Amino acid sequence: MTDFDAVLQSRGLSRYHGQGESLVRAVDEVDLDVPAGQTLAIMGPSGCGKSTLLHLLGGLERPTDGEVWLAGRRIDHLNERGLARMRRRSIGFVFQNFHLVEELSARENVELPALLAGRSSRAARRRAADLLERIGLGDRTRHLPWELSGGQRQRVAIARALANEPLVLLADEPTGNLDTAATIEVLRLFADLRAAGQTLVMVTHDERVASTADRLVSMHDGRFVGDTRLAGGTGRLGDLIGLDG
Amino acid sequence: MQDAVLAMLAKEPSHGYRLRARLRQALGPLGESMNAGQVYVTLARLEKAGLVAAERSDGLPDRPDRKVYALTPAGQQRVSAWLSEVNWPKANLTEFHLKLAAAAAARLADPVELVDAQRRELLRRLGEAQRAVLAEPDDSTAGLLLEGVALRLQADLRWLDACERVWSKPKNESEDA
Ligand SMILES: Nc1ncnc2c1ncn2[C@@H]1O[C@H](COP(=O)(O)OP(=O)(O)O)[C@@H](O)[C@H]1O
Ligand SMILES: [Mg+2]
Repeated sequence: MTDFDAVLQSRGLSRYHGQGESLVRAVDEVDLDVPAGQTLAIMGPSGCGKSTLLHLLGGLERPTDGEVWLAGRRIDHLNERGLARMRRRSIGFVFQNFHLVEELSARENVELPALLAGRSSRAARRRAADLLERIGLGDRTRHLPWELSGGQRQRVAIARALANEPLVLLADEPTGNLDTAATIEVLRLFADLRAAGQTLVMVTHDERVASTADRLVSMHDGRFVGDTRLAGGTGRLGDLIGLDG
Repeated sequence: MQDAVLAMLAKEPSHGYRLRARLRQALGPLGESMNAGQVYVTLARLEKAGLVAAERSDGLPDRPDRKVYALTPAGQQRVSAWLSEVNWPKANLTEFHLKLAAAAAARLADPVELVDAQRRELLRRLGEAQRAVLAEPDDSTAGLLLEGVALRLQADLRWLDACERVWSKPKNESEDA
């Protein structure tokens, strides 16, 4: 596969659980191409395989069958060490429950991936300070997670996911635990990342979150059942409220 | 828009262009497509209905943009009535619902495809409203209107999901008969 425009690709990607009567096709022969810089939203009912798909794409789980390609390189058959290395360097994960280390400050949480990737503590510190500044939390670097609001915690988690400049950011229901105001904080950050060319794949239950993506894929029973291009509106917002005499 | 224009004249008489500026401020990005003519058309209708009176500024030609508009007593009454009215316009669900039923009954079109096309359109509109919400400062009044637009579109999209669930099931023939 040599299509380098697609930074992330899958072919026939499948993940099955159990067998015989109790076989569950969590992800069932999914073909996907995500061009660099695209924001892709995935929606679908609970249990349709969205999280499993993200885990397969990011090398957190191994497929039963099929292929995953990242920037033109096949990653699904890397050995454990290769896979761990690839995850650290090229993939950023964001989870619904933030998954921050509660004992570490915002800055220490964001430093962690760079340190694990073997960067010097000075470089890691500088990178964390830059990222926290960029997400508007430059004045919260010493706060512990419980001292931050939900929206702030998720932004710290996003900064952590960006620490090693990943090729792709994978977000599993990133606003699932947030209220409207905090959701807007996170969406503003995603919009900035999109403007900076970051590739983003996110799973969401919220139509308002999905509508800001470039593209929306619908999943059902492990398969893609719809693929809609969203970017480009009418440019006539006034039509939405019917401004006539 | 007639009632809103009347209500904005309740504070003091005003030129048409001032009214338009105030409407646009309240509407924010949603008001950008409103043209100058719309306000004057509305004012002319209100004048004809005896709800506003126009006064020409001294020594200026008789053009709508030179006039100062003021509420008449009838206009004042209408403003009070409008403010105390509890009016919550219904979303137009019935028409779409009947369209799906008719399409299915006459086998004119696949209801699921109609739902799908409608969903694409609403998602595009929602994206537009939602991006405008993100661009507004947190305390913006216009942002509040955009928030309402986005929430309604979200509700409509959820209803379309329910439509799809029902119409994608094979229908019992006896139901048509
Ligand atoms: N480790 C596992 N063992 C058995 N079944 C699993 C396992 N992980 C996920 N599943 C099943 O796979 C399906 C997809 O799960 P998941 O990807 O979590 O869905 P979603 O994120 O869309 O809610 C579900 O039916 C789930 O029960
Ligand atoms: Mg899930």
